[in-house]
Amino acid sequence: MAVTLDQTIAQKQHSFLSRLFSSQTFWVVIAVILACLFLSFATDSFATSKNLFNITRNVTFVAIVALGMTFVIITGGIDLSVGSVLCLCSMVLAVTMHAGYSIEIGILATIVTALAIGAFNGVLIAYLGFPPFVVTLGMLSVARSLAMVASNNTVVFQFGPDHQKLLALGGGAWVFGIANPVLYMIILALITGFVLRWTKFGRHIFAIGGNEHAATLTGVPVKQIKVAVYMISALSAGLAGIIQTGWLGAVTTNLGNGMELQVIAATVIGGADLAGGVGTAFGAIVGAALIEVIRNSLGLLGINAFWQGTFIGGAIILAVLFDRIRNFRRSD
Amino acid sequence: MDRAVREEMDGRDASDAGEPANCCVDKWGGLRLVSVLELANISKHFGAIQAVNDVSFSLEAGEVVGLMGDNGAGKSTLVKMIAGNFHPSHGTMHLEGKELVLHKPADARQHGIEIVHQDLALCNNLTAAANVYLGRELRRGFGPFRILDYGAMYKRAGQLFAELKSETRPRDLVKQMSGGQRQAVAIARTMLSQAKIVLMDEPTAAISVRQVAEVLNLIRHLRDQGIAVVLISHRMPDVFDVADRVIVMRRGRKVADKKIASSSPEEVTGLITGAIEQVA
Repeated sequence: MAVTLDQTIAQKQHSFLSRLFSSQTFWVVIAVILACLFLSFATDSFATSKNLFNITRNVTFVAIVALGMTFVIITGGIDLSVGSVLCLCSMVLAVTMHAGYSIEIGILATIVTALAIGAFNGVLIAYLGFPPFVVTLGMLSVARSLAMVASNNTVVFQFGPDHQKLLALGGGAWVFGIANPVLYMIILALITGFVLRWTKFGRHIFAIGGNEHAATLTGVPVKQIKVAVYMISALSAGLAGIIQTGWLGAVTTNLGNGMELQVIAATVIGGADLAGGVGTAFGAIVGAALIEVIRNSLGLLGINAFWQGTFIGGAIILAVLFDRIRNFRRSD
Repeated sequence: MDRAVREEMDGRDASDAGEPANCCVDKWGGLRLVSVLELANISKHFGAIQAVNDVSFSLEAGEVVGLMGDNGAGKSTLVKMIAGNFHPSHGTMHLEGKELVLHKPADARQHGIEIVHQDLALCNNLTAAANVYLGRELRRGFGPFRILDYGAMYKRAGQLFAELKSETRPRDLVKQMSGGQRQAVAIARTMLSQAKIVLMDEPTAAISVRQVAEVLNLIRHLRDQGIAVVLISHRMPDVFDVADRVIVMRRGRKVADKKIASSSPEEVTGLITGAIEQVA
């Protein structure tokens, strides 16, 4: 026998390159780079530090929420409530701080709110068997309405004694002039990537998305994990809400309106499969970047802003189309 | 506690993993006086439906028992009670002489009872090794800072596949595997811990002829390790090929329990259909 056991164990199905080329995320990265190169030459205003700063910062809010959404989508679920949860969390922070409490208490209240909403979604889905689509659609409505109740539908722009601290948290650039939100995004992406790849929890998330019945039979705590992923998703929306509040310096009740679609789009463009079982942290970031570059370029190229939805929708369909083509080829 | 055992197992060589899994030498001074599993007057009813009615039998170590019967004869219900999915309405089970009460499938696993489900319970999106270790992943590190031990899992899974003489590779995705390889992954799972009993639900129902031979070899391999195997099957040739004993059930009752050598496919067919009422 020519093959030893060690060789069999080390045998990989694909080389590094073939895996790279067959990954959707890789091609989206190429698309982002090409788009950036093209825009740098085609317009004067793209490659300016101000515009790049704008883009990187705009990417972060969608990207951070997309990181949380990645967990949910890998289990085969969906969370439509993230935009409204972001709004409610921002509002909780704003109202708490406006009432004179410190930033620490404000953030604590926000995180507790986010986790409670996530737990509510998760328990209904995991223990009572509600379809995720329905539960989170309901929460989409509830959370935004609660945000209106909390603020009496006003704009909050005074954050009490810790006003400056909050603005610095979201708007500052503490390390090497990189906007703070970008730093948070990088840190959260690293944590997400680590959890998905190196922890038992991450492994079980993939297992649930691959075959939930099998995961149950093999003793994976499916229900608890499902509750956890919806809590993570809501938490990521809450964190994005805190950061965005600090960045904008004001909270309105239409904050994060329609954001769920951008977030889901970013996750899917980055290679996650809505059927579950597939997804990466890096993909979520890259997907968010592609959406933002498309949005930004339309403005710079002088294309009517009404076209935005068409281009972003087109990007989603195109990304999934490539995936389908690869699957057809594989099944041949 | 069982993690410690598993990790210890993992450190062992492939060579010594082949010893009988259910060694009761210390306890009974070298003599195996008790059956591995003893079922006494087991019944199970769901409301008015009597699924299993007063069934008793015992399993010896290193024995393959074919469990046959028509659809609805109670085979699956019986096996699910041994696997901890159902709780018997009446009767008792003893594992190596000690009373066995199972509340959930995990309890059964802890007692060394493993099941290979009919649909194999595999995740297509994961590697073979990940599937083998699903639900009992190996980790390294300290306290809360523990990460998956990919290396150890690939290594041990590779050794198990080699033991099973299967061409399955630990890093391959299950998605791209043949039926026989998928069976090997599901069976390798049962070899992770010191299994005493392996229950197999229709392992040859949905695979090609060549792969059936492969799976029957896997079953013989488990038997050679001293594991008791219960093989639920509709396929007469498979049972007569690999089993030592056949138990036939009809409408919830055990109607036959005899050595394969002293039976015949014709007799078993008669027992399944009811043409032969019962044999001793």
